[in-house]
Amino acid sequence: MIKVTVCIGSSCHIKGSRQVVEGIRSMIAEHGLGDKVELKGTFCMGKCQQGVCVTVDETFCSVTPETVEEFFKKEVLSRV
Amino acid sequence: MRKFDTKVQHLKYKVLREVARLAWNDTLLENVMDVPKTIVPGNEPTMRCCVYKERAILGERVKLAMGGDKEKSNIIQVIEIACDECPVGGYEVTNACRGCLAHRCEDVCKRGAITFDQNHVAHIDKTKCIECGACAKVCPFTAIVHRKRPCQNACKIKAISMNDHKAAKIDDEKCIQCGACVYQCPFGAITDKSFILDAIKLLKESENGKNYKVYALVAPSISSQFAHVKLGNVITGLKEMGFYTVIEAALGADMVALSEARELAEKGVLTSSCCPAFVRYIKTAFPGLTKYISHNMSPMGALAKYVKETDPDSKVIFIGPCTAKKAEAQLESVKPYVDAVLTFEELQALFDSLDMDLPALEEGVLDNASYFGRIFARSGGLTDAAAQAMKEQNINFEIKPMVCDGIEECRVALLKMSKNVLGANFVEGMACVGGCIGGAGCLTHGEKNKAEVDKYGREAYEKTITDAVSVLK
Repeated sequence: MIKVTVCIGSSCHIKGSRQVVEGIRSMIAEHGLGDKVELKGTFCMGKCQQGVCVTVDETFCSVTPETVEEFFKKEVLSRV
Repeated sequence: MRKFDTKVQHLKYKVLREVARLAWNDTLLENVMDVPKTIVPGNEPTMRCCVYKERAILGERVKLAMGGDKEKSNIIQVIEIACDECPVGGYEVTNACRGCLAHRCEDVCKRGAITFDQNHVAHIDKTKCIECGACAKVCPFTAIVHRKRPCQNACKIKAISMNDHKAAKIDDEKCIQCGACVYQCPFGAITDKSFILDAIKLLKESENGKNYKVYALVAPSISSQFAHVKLGNVITGLKEMGFYTVIEAALGADMVALSEARELAEKGVLTSSCCPAFVRYIKTAFPGLTKYISHNMSPMGALAKYVKETDPDSKVIFIGPCTAKKAEAQLESVKPYVDAVLTFEELQALFDSLDMDLPALEEGVLDNASYFGRIFARSGGLTDAAAQAMKEQNINFEIKPMVCDGIEECRVALLKMSKNVLGANFVEGMACVGGCIGGAGCLTHGEKNKAEVDKYGREAYEKTITDAVSVLK
């Protein structure tokens, strides 16, 4: 199981964490990865400057609504 | 700008601040007896008959600031020696009575309680008087006044009476912990137990998130508080104090709005469950209506539960305007999720106990909830949110709301509901007038507070409830 955690704290929220969550969610569905990828939320990762903060297992990534697709391909699909 | 409405609040705050100051330094035990003297240092009394009485009362305030007597379960406690035993005469004729000829007072009194002496001055026979007030209304000299204790006047559910020493006495079975008497007593003789020591301990032992994270859940009514600084300063101040992060309790309100709308459509008749004082009032005064109370947790409970599910080792401290929330956090159903409850009053004391210069801090952000979650803080907001939640979830149900602003309106609505003559299917109950912004734990209470909440609501990044909670699933 690949664990993807998106920060939904205030700072990341106004940088578009909802759009990032929605993007990841739809890509999980699109690639039929519902049983391989677990998507979770958390309040603050302590790196607000780099938001939207996302971790894939232990790897930290800085994602925006614009780069979410690229992120998913590079960091998630590569691990499946 | 003034931080508090009254000097009583200021006094209570000073005690909280000094207790907190010592607690942060781990020197409370050895210095606790000196706190009263720190606050009243001189030999001249400033509030009471002598400094010794002032200090004795302050000693009682210190005890309550430290959590109070564990044997006494009620959050709201009377400080008996601080109670001024205000007169409780009810309707009385004052010396403004001119001994006129008209005797309207006598004519209007259905009980024949008014008599006149040889100077034609009116007197009220207390054994006959039923306190209807008709005589006071008709007197052309407004010579008849109503003397009622401010605490009894504030307590609309009539949980306050007098004990044998004429001090205020709270009926713990009836009391709903709304705190109206706490705010209204002009001598500060009724006060709420404080859990600042629990909060300080949780924060200290977390060692800035090293051992566990402490989350602050902040009620949306904060938008009308701390007017002397920006909300962003307060958020940063909380983090400086040791909170890992700050979350809007209004996000919990968004969660509640969605499920409450579904529950209402399913059951057909419902009362809200956000206000713990209202919920307790139904359970104690109208037990037959308990079945109509929404099964939703309050926004505080719902969000705290979510936080604990995502981070099981975390600690949650709720910060709001409410004394009843302190009681709610002690309920078995809520206890596992909320570790401590603070009021805005107490938060101000905590900031100042650390000599924190809030305006100098950079502005943090707080943005988790939608407009609708945020307006829960004022009367009518919950109903607006429930209606919006119906729309967003495509539920075809016509809400006929009864918005009850304050416990008196709640009482009337519940009375009608118990007789099946309410004519509404959703009761929004808020024990404080104005809603949470009228809470006893607020620093200030004012006309503009509702506008402040609405403005804050409009500033929310998320415009719909569904969008705000979509990140939680």
